Amino acid sequence: MLMDRPRTERTAVVAPPDDDKRWKIIDVTMRRNGYAGHALIETLHAVQSCFGYLEDRSLRYVAMSLQLPLSKVYGVATFYHLFTLKPQGEHTCVICTGTACYIKGSRGLVSAIEARYGVNPGQTTEDNALSVLSARCIGSCGVAPTVVLDGDVLGEQTPDSLIAELQEIV
Amino acid sequence: MNLEDLAEIAEQSVEAEKSQRHCVRVCMAASCQSSGAGAVLEGLRQHAKQDADGGVHVKPVGCMGLCSAGPLVSVDATESKTEVMYKDVKPDDTEELYAGLDGAPLERLRCPTDIPFFACQQRIVLKNSGIIDPENLDDYIAAGGYSSLVRAVTEMTPADVLREVKQSGLRGRGGGGYPAGLKWSTVAMAPEPHKFVICNADEGDPGAFMDRAVLESDPHRVLEGMALAGYAIGAEHAYVYIRAEYPLAVERLKKAIKQATKKGLLGRRISDTTFNFEIEIRLGAGAFVCGEETALMASIQGLRGQPRPRPPYPAEEGLWECPTLINNVETLANIPSILARGGDWFKGIGTETSTGTKVFALAGRIAHSGLIEVPMGIRLREIVEQIGGGIPDGRRFKAVQTGGPSGGCLPEEHLDMSVEYDTLRSAGSIMGSGGMIVMDETSSMVDVARYFMEFCMTESCGKCVPCRAGTVQMHELLDKIAEGRATQADLDLLEELCDVVQATSLCGLGQTAPNPVLSTLRYFRHEYDEKLRPESERLPPLPVVTGDH
Ligand SMILES: Cc1cc2nc3c(=O)[nH]c(=O)nc-3n(C[C@H](O)[C@H](O)[C@H](O)COP(=O)(O)O)c2cc1C
Ligand code: FES
Repeated sequence: MLMDRPRTERTAVVAPPDDDKRWKIIDVTMRRNGYAGHALIETLHAVQSCFGYLEDRSLRYVAMSLQLPLSKVYGVATFYHLFTLKPQGEHTCVICTGTACYIKGSRGLVSAIEARYGVNPGQTTEDNALSVLSARCIGSCGVAPTVVLDGDVLGEQTPDSLIAELQEIV
Repeated sequence: MNLEDLAEIAEQSVEAEKSQRHCVRVCMAASCQSSGAGAVLEGLRQHAKQDADGGVHVKPVGCMGLCSAGPLVSVDATESKTEVMYKDVKPDDTEELYAGLDGAPLERLRCPTDIPFFACQQRIVLKNSGIIDPENLDDYIAAGGYSSLVRAVTEMTPADVLREVKQSGLRGRGGGGYPAGLKWSTVAMAPEPHKFVICNADEGDPGAFMDRAVLESDPHRVLEGMALAGYAIGAEHAYVYIRAEYPLAVERLKKAIKQATKKGLLGRRISDTTFNFEIEIRLGAGAFVCGEETALMASIQGLRGQPRPRPPYPAEEGLWECPTLINNVETLANIPSILARGGDWFKGIGTETSTGTKVFALAGRIAHSGLIEVPMGIRLREIVEQIGGGIPDGRRFKAVQTGGPSGGCLPEEHLDMSVEYDTLRSAGSIMGSGGMIVMDETSSMVDVARYFMEFCMTESCGKCVPCRAGTVQMHELLDKIAEGRATQADLDLLEELCDVVQATSLCGLGQTAPNPVLSTLRYFRHEYDEKLRPESERLPPLPVVTGDH
């Protein structure tokens, strides 16, 4: 279970895959953690927030930089639900399926989206315009049922109100 | 910073408040923000700026509790004035609302503050929530913040701090209810030089948002509690493990750590003593099992969040094999008040074995959804019918679910039960972290049991067989029952599986996964029976599903 203790400082061992400026942010994250193996999850968060998803070459780069086996990096990336190995659509709609939202009708929201756009949570429309995801409680249960549309929380949704919101942007 | 410095900041802010004509507070916690509180705040600020008379202070604050009626605005919640509260405020209402500050209050949007929702609460953890600006350290200090920490490091020994916590009878608010003082003593007595404090802010129970509200409304309180814990047990490093689904809470915590470090209230040489305490934030990545303490520690170390058998307990062998104190957000948020007013004071609240208060997140089919803090030992009925305002739309109460996927559903006949760790357990549920979901007659209990089983099935980390395969099988059986394809033999098998999974799983997730099924069977068995087919109509069995998912 022991990886390395908190402060085993090292410096970079490999160069980024290309000269995309976003790698700088990834490098800063790793450097701040002394390129220690325990920084893996933090680093993957940085990759996902910069690139939108974890592509193969990012995983390779992180594995080499942190000197971890690629299998371990892949294992962690696939264990956690929040990490995605597939690119997301232009817009994302996260439907909360936590208990409060479930009791107040989040199933209806899922069916409405499926009926209108033909996608279920975890899928992206063919034209790449909309990715639908699900979350287990986003902590706004007081205004259930909730969705997160491109980062904005919308409360007290009905199938009609949600489709109306989506039609405005998609 | 010493005690005099803190007192001076507090005094300045009292003076500043006196010179104001009005103080207008706008809830900027996540729920109200999602209903448009940001624009309301901006609107009110504009009016204040344009006001030739001046003297109106508009400030963003944390959760006021009544989330279902947001955005909420509170005017003059001070000792010398009478508070006027407004609900469902829209940006267009701000002009009228502002005009009402000196004249008659705007009755159209008025939210009475003497309703049981507010009147029946007793606030310790949420004392500052909705009152102070969570992004302003001075506001926290003015409310007495950090004085417990500064007094502890300058005037008390670690053993003194430990004694107060033990005396308070505080039990862990993360679900288990383990006595905090006992856990702290174990870590304090460990001889190893390196120790850690972890604040568990993973709040995975779907339908619970207490920890989120505390972190968004009063982040410094949690940091102060952590530093006091560090001082008592002899740790200099700490982590807050927080779920990434709470971006606002993460942002406010980061800001709070920076502010406190700058003022010398965290970091090196706190209050010019030899006590150092550094706090780092670690983000979760959407795995429920990471709320379990050993899985959480694996996750902090950059590994897959899989639990390991205990013992050794984290208090003996935790993060990087060092003794580690792990406590829930709410547990830690109680600590500054316990130190400020003494363990005996805290012990006087609540009941003999469950001291203090508990924060609950009230949601589901209930008139007033939101966040409440009530003394332990309160009747469940008081929470549902008075504070929560009962069931809307003229429907009938059916059950209240506590403890999330590890808990159970309590029916009407248990409404007069006193809310304590042990009474809830003996009724087949648990206190849990504080999620309370109310259901009316439209909810099918078999469906609810299936919902939680689906949750446990997808969240099982896959390490141990009973949980990985058992939850899949139980879910399959519940599916069959819910859809009317099952027979008595299926129900018998389900009950047997409940026993096996409960008895043989590795961690709390699997051990408690059968609870929602067991409690609904205990109180709502007729709903299961109604769904069963007679043996003569038995359908051919479905193909067996394996544990892969
Ligand atoms: C599956 C599972 C999930 C858990 N999730 C949480 C959680 O989200 N937050 C929390 O504080 N404790 C959670 N716990 C309890 C922790 O393991 C641990 O007991 C707790 O953080 C200790 O803090 P306390 O003594 O202050 O309650 C969970 C336990 C299990 C088995
Ligand atoms: S259950 Fe949906 S926000 Fe909590």
